[in-house]
Amino acid sequence: MGRDLSKHAPNVVVWLLLLTVPLWLPEIPGGYTDLGSLIVVMALASMALNFLLGYTGVLSFGHAAYFGLGAYGVGLTIRYLVPSTGLGILIGTLAGTLAGAVIGPLIVRLRGVYFAMVTIAFGQVFYFIAFRWSNVTGGDDGLLNWTRQPLDFLVAQVDILHNSTAYYYFVLAIFAISVGVMAWLLRSPFGRTLIAIRENERRARFLGIPIDRHIWISWVISCGFVSLAGALYALNNNFVDPRALYWSQSGNFVIMAVLGGMRSFWGPLIGAAIFVYLQDKVSSMTENWMSFVGLFFVLVVLFFPRGVLGIIRRRAAA
Amino acid sequence: MTLLRVENVSKHFGSLVAVDKVSMTVEPGELRAVIGPNGAGKTTFFNLISGFLTQTSGKIIFDNEDISRVLPARRVWKGIARTFQITEVFPELTVRENLRIAVEVTAGYRLSPWLSSDADGEIRARVTELLDMGGLADKADRLVGEMSHGDQRATEIMMALALKPRLLLLDEPTAGMGDQETYDITQLIRKLHRDQKLTIVLIEHDMRVVFHLADRIMVLAEGKMLAEGTPKEIAASEAVQAAYLGKAAA
Repeated sequence: MGRDLSKHAPNVVVWLLLLTVPLWLPEIPGGYTDLGSLIVVMALASMALNFLLGYTGVLSFGHAAYFGLGAYGVGLTIRYLVPSTGLGILIGTLAGTLAGAVIGPLIVRLRGVYFAMVTIAFGQVFYFIAFRWSNVTGGDDGLLNWTRQPLDFLVAQVDILHNSTAYYYFVLAIFAISVGVMAWLLRSPFGRTLIAIRENERRARFLGIPIDRHIWISWVISCGFVSLAGALYALNNNFVDPRALYWSQSGNFVIMAVLGGMRSFWGPLIGAAIFVYLQDKVSSMTENWMSFVGLFFVLVVLFFPRGVLGIIRRRAAA
Repeated sequence: MTLLRVENVSKHFGSLVAVDKVSMTVEPGELRAVIGPNGAGKTTFFNLISGFLTQTSGKIIFDNEDISRVLPARRVWKGIARTFQITEVFPELTVRENLRIAVEVTAGYRLSPWLSSDADGEIRARVTELLDMGGLADKADRLVGEMSHGDQRATEIMMALALKPRLLLLDEPTAGMGDQETYDITQLIRKLHRDQKLTIVLIEHDMRVVFHLADRIMVLAEGKMLAEGTPKEIAASEAVQAAYLGKAAA
């Protein structure tokens, strides 16, 4: 019983903190509720990446492509098709997932740095499309003149545009469902085959697991959730530009996951919180905020290769 | 009925001929040892049977079916399981988790996002059975990467066994082990062979193990088959002695 409690304690703490963000985040220096929404969105993206990186052992450096497709999907839908937040998210997520599913078979046979390089290359293709196709996407200026629409629950409408708290809980609800699905998958027989691939690909193959197919499925799930995060990111800003698709954005997701601890389920959430907070706080003081994040990252990787959560866990175990 | 028939297989790496027109037939229930000096091509020969490598020429027939071009995972589905010279396990998982993955995959749940409680119960029971059989029950919840070499090897063998193989390939099961561990693993293999009527082909350097276990022995030297026969015949063979002594003298 005591062991069960200690096993669930981290989850309880995380959910309590997330549920009360609008109460405590504005109280800390430089904190405000919209920053909480951004952290949750980036955490979703980074946890989606970590489904692949931390639990399948495959490093993608091109997740911004699917993140960006989700972002443009929702923006273009609301701007040109229908003024519906829900439909926009659906179309954005489908676009990113579909792109991942189609590109997947071309890359899942590659391993290690080759896989990472080719994911970057595909990512850059989408970046240049968004950049060049300016009469639809707005090109370098970004897609303007659209905003997130009120949520329509038939009986009642919820304004998520002007009410930061309402928008935060909207994002958190989607985050909770997504993270719940990922956690559930990782505890299933299918999830265990992914961990098997991470642990030892050769052994996994000679247990009769068709490796490439399982990596493809993991990749598509990961792309799906990262494009959902991208859609929320665009809604967050009421704006999307090609930088959401740029390869450095992919790098940010990797940094968040590694910073927080890619072997811990909540690691990327911690990483995203630190990253987004530093980005917001330090970038208001200096242009070179990335050097500070970079320095912090290098220190963590050098001295705490299991990330911030890895340190806390080791303390708890000692 | 022959279970495995290897016909004239060769494997070339550039100009190097690692395996040169080797043939072998294995009957159900047999325990066959493959021996030979270092660099004789034993592991390459194994890799051809398990599909880790594809042969340059020749055929591999398993249960009357030509599997020469079948992918490794599919050969596992057909009933060929193997272990490796350097133990291949999931080091950061427990023994129980290692076995559980093997059992789930074998039971056809590799793509399942959930398990019914009945299925879960069956899987747990099978894992417990394998833990007991492998003498690993008291170490079930330890991380495999933190265990002794012998226990890791036992875990790997039990994972292969979890696949319910019809043919088990063991690549140097006692490599790098002390006397006690060698003895334990030998006993385990003997038990599996006897009790499960399992067909086993193993590569081994330790002659005590080979002569203790094998029904028949095949000797490879420089990629070619040098001799084949019962342990007695092999022990008496001058060609075999020359190959080993010649190597030692060189």
